Amino acid sequence: MLKQTPLNAAHKRLGARMVDFGGWEMPVQYRGVIEEHLAVRNAAGLFDVSHMGEIEVKGEGAFAFIQELTVNDAAKLVNGQVQYSAMCYPHGGVVDDVTLYRFDQNHFLFCVNAANIDKDFAWMEEVLEEGGFAGVTLRNRSNEFAQLALQGPAADAILARLTATDLGKIAYYHFYEGLVGGVPAIISRTGYTGAGGFELYFAPEAAEKLWDALLAAGEADGLVPVGLGARDTLRLEMKYALYGHELSPEITPLEAGLGWITKLDKPSFIGREALVKMKQQGIPRRLVGFVMTEPGVPRADYPVLAGGREVGVVTSGTMSPSLRVGIGLALVESGQAAVGTDLQIGIRSRQVGARVAHTPFVKQNS
Amino acid sequence: MEFPEDLKYTEEHEWVLLEDGIVTVGITDFAQDSLGDVVFVELPEVGTMVEEGKAFGVVESVKAVSDVYAPVSGEVVEVNEDLPDTPELINTSPYEDGWMIKIRLTEPGQVDDLMDAEQYQAFVEKE
Repeated sequence: MLKQTPLNAAHKRLGARMVDFGGWEMPVQYRGVIEEHLAVRNAAGLFDVSHMGEIEVKGEGAFAFIQELTVNDAAKLVNGQVQYSAMCYPHGGVVDDVTLYRFDQNHFLFCVNAANIDKDFAWMEEVLEEGGFAGVTLRNRSNEFAQLALQGPAADAILARLTATDLGKIAYYHFYEGLVGGVPAIISRTGYTGAGGFELYFAPEAAEKLWDALLAAGEADGLVPVGLGARDTLRLEMKYALYGHELSPEITPLEAGLGWITKLDKPSFIGREALVKMKQQGIPRRLVGFVMTEPGVPRADYPVLAGGREVGVVTSGTMSPSLRVGIGLALVESGQAAVGTDLQIGIRSRQVGARVAHTPFVKQNS
Repeated sequence: MEFPEDLKYTEEHEWVLLEDGIVTVGITDFAQDSLGDVVFVELPEVGTMVEEGKAFGVVESVKAVSDVYAPVSGEVVEVNEDLPDTPELINTSPYEDGWMIKIRLTEPGQVDDLMDAEQYQAFVEKE
């Protein structure tokens, strides 16, 4: 039996094509991936992301626990700020990538990937028990939150119609607790599209009401419901990592291009020793963005070649709706990672030309 | 969903139009709708021999890669030159502008084995 979000019936009423996404019955598209993708880039889109997990950390030792658990420096966070981070195993592979919300020094909330909720919670419990962090309580609150992402250049104008909160006050990667359509919500200026906008967390009972209110408020601006198909093409155009593709227990954050969140100068965190060693010895593989120079659509797991020799593998690929050309991410030998390097992608029986490209593939607006 | 009466259909969701020993082949309205936005089409070269039931080309949507199978055996005598640049024709006009290849039949009887519109519609409804 697939898990359902509180908006399952709403999606079906809108004619969404539903698919099994990591054990959740989720909309992959409503009217078409390309149309939905372009709506987010040019106007606005509304995503049901209630399948994502929320894990709360509270108590006196919360900050110390988070510093040990995650690779980014939680000391940089102030109240009301969000941080992109990751949890690693001792060998440096990734447990999950997360966003971390700081309410105060003793109160944090993790947003984690849907398919990893149970695994992440078990890992956090293990770290908590072994680490001797006094006075920390962990709660898996995933069932207590619905989550919507309102993304796109019109997102501010649309959301402003439903809230008295001064959205101009909420900086990128910051949040505010306010009312949206009369519903208490965490209003967070975050997202996974590079198109700007907000993510909203609130009680599941209010999900349909808020979903309908947002769609109505944004109709004149071209707001449309957007499925997971376009969520994937949008994030790929930004080179945002997707767990299970660009990140996994077999891929370190240094290889995945997340050195910018991996604070090796922090005195201690799980995985630090392995990552320091990897950096000293030389990072063997790098995540690169590439653009096809010949017709073809790259897909995950296709081999990457250079001069006829296999040098890596595609982790994600698609036809970019914005650029109308095949784009992808690949883990390749570090020597083949420089922008401008010519590669070939093994697409069925052909070797099709590609070139390592600057990323993000499209200009960011957030 | 359209099921034109003058066409024959396969269980792999290709359609066939027979005219003077040459068949035109494409994928059905049902197939294009299931695939979603078509973004890439790979076709054989003119002169290629194709065999009934074997893949002759590929249609890719944003999310998926699908083989297209030859409904009949024969020689490819023409390919739709518009598809590489405008693959979305398969979505917008699956039975006309979105045709894929024309095959000169080597075994004319093969067309008789395909489903007619009524049979195909019943087949789709069961899927």
